[in-house]
Amino acid sequence: MDKKRIVVYLNQFFGQIGGEDKADTPPQSAAKAVGPGVGLQALLPEDCAIVGTIICGDGYFNENLEEASAAVRQMLEEFAPQVVVAGPAFNAGRYGMACGMVGKIASDMGIPAVSGMYPENPGVETYRQYLYIVETGNSAASMRTALPAMAKLAGKLATGQPIGSPAEEGYLSRGIRQNVFVEKRGSERAIDLLLKKLKGEPYETEYPIPHFDRVEPAEAIADLSKVTVALVTSGGIVPKGNPDRIEASSASRYGKYSIEDLDTLTAEAFETAHGGYDPVYANENPNRVVPVDALRQLEQEGKIGRLFPFFYSTVGNGTSVANAKKYAAEIAAELVNEGVQAVILTST
Amino acid sequence: MVHVCTVTPISLTVGANRIVPAVAIPHPLGNPKLNAEEEFGLRKKLVEKALQALATPVSEQHVFES
Repeated sequence: MDKKRIVVYLNQFFGQIGGEDKADTPPQSAAKAVGPGVGLQALLPEDCAIVGTIICGDGYFNENLEEASAAVRQMLEEFAPQVVVAGPAFNAGRYGMACGMVGKIASDMGIPAVSGMYPENPGVETYRQYLYIVETGNSAASMRTALPAMAKLAGKLATGQPIGSPAEEGYLSRGIRQNVFVEKRGSERAIDLLLKKLKGEPYETEYPIPHFDRVEPAEAIADLSKVTVALVTSGGIVPKGNPDRIEASSASRYGKYSIEDLDTLTAEAFETAHGGYDPVYANENPNRVVPVDALRQLEQEGKIGRLFPFFYSTVGNGTSVANAKKYAAEIAAELVNEGVQAVILTST
Repeated sequence: MVHVCTVTPISLTVGANRIVPAVAIPHPLGNPKLNAEEEFGLRKKLVEKALQALATPVSEQHVFES
């Protein structure tokens, strides 16, 4: 039987070309295991063989992303592997970014990929969805624990075995939720977890709470009658017909809608796109979610300087923290640019 | 920024600094049980409260309870 084909990606240092002075080396390949690949070969299942190694300088890869990616892709096409192993990169940022990109290229080609990185390597945040990244220490000192974990995953992927959860397999969460069948229903599992917690026994949560940012509060506004106030909502208010097709759940976008010359949001012109709450009240009177009518009157009374002529809207229902952060950063940058000094964010 | 929302614990969890509690999840700035005039009055009061929160110095997360 033919052995499963594994290709390893390494940087100039681990690929034994040289140090930082060789970081501008373009991609090259060898039809054998090199450096950490030799150790990896010994750890892989017997029916897996490293058929090639792709080596590229960290500087070259990151500064010539398109050329490097195209060259790596071509080499992968020639080697035609079942699995790609990149790194481990530990906490080396450029190496981690390169390994992540190699994982993405492989993923685009339908080839699963494995890497190893320290959790704070920027390659983790950027590319985690495209490949399995085994958690390593922050330096090459953790090579001897990284390689067995990577070999195990690579072996499973090569032979088509199912991959367990991040905790079971030792890789960093990819942010992917997968439906599985289990024997005990949710209430029983929750009680089991709670009992373990109360007894002080180790337990593994099924849904880790994402890490949330804390920011310094903004300074108080000295004179409201001089500021431009903008309205932003996660309540899904959109022009009737939802022209941007914002999803009722897990929104992949937000909209920006004009309220210039509008004294109120009418039920004829606006509605909510939000799932998960009864939309009757918001559809009946969209000001209940985005209070244009009240702010317009306060503007006319001179209590605020001006109501910004657009409001921004997305759907908060099931929307990931990462996406919400992205929308917020874009919206905030635009508002700052437009001279808006105050924002009222409404949520349903 | 001031966050007007009904489920204030979520707002605290995600890190808003100025939080004004709202009426209900499906109608944060309204109450369909009131007549139109009363409801508008309620909404205007809530918006004024939100503006007041923006004009109030805070050093950490704060929920502006009624």
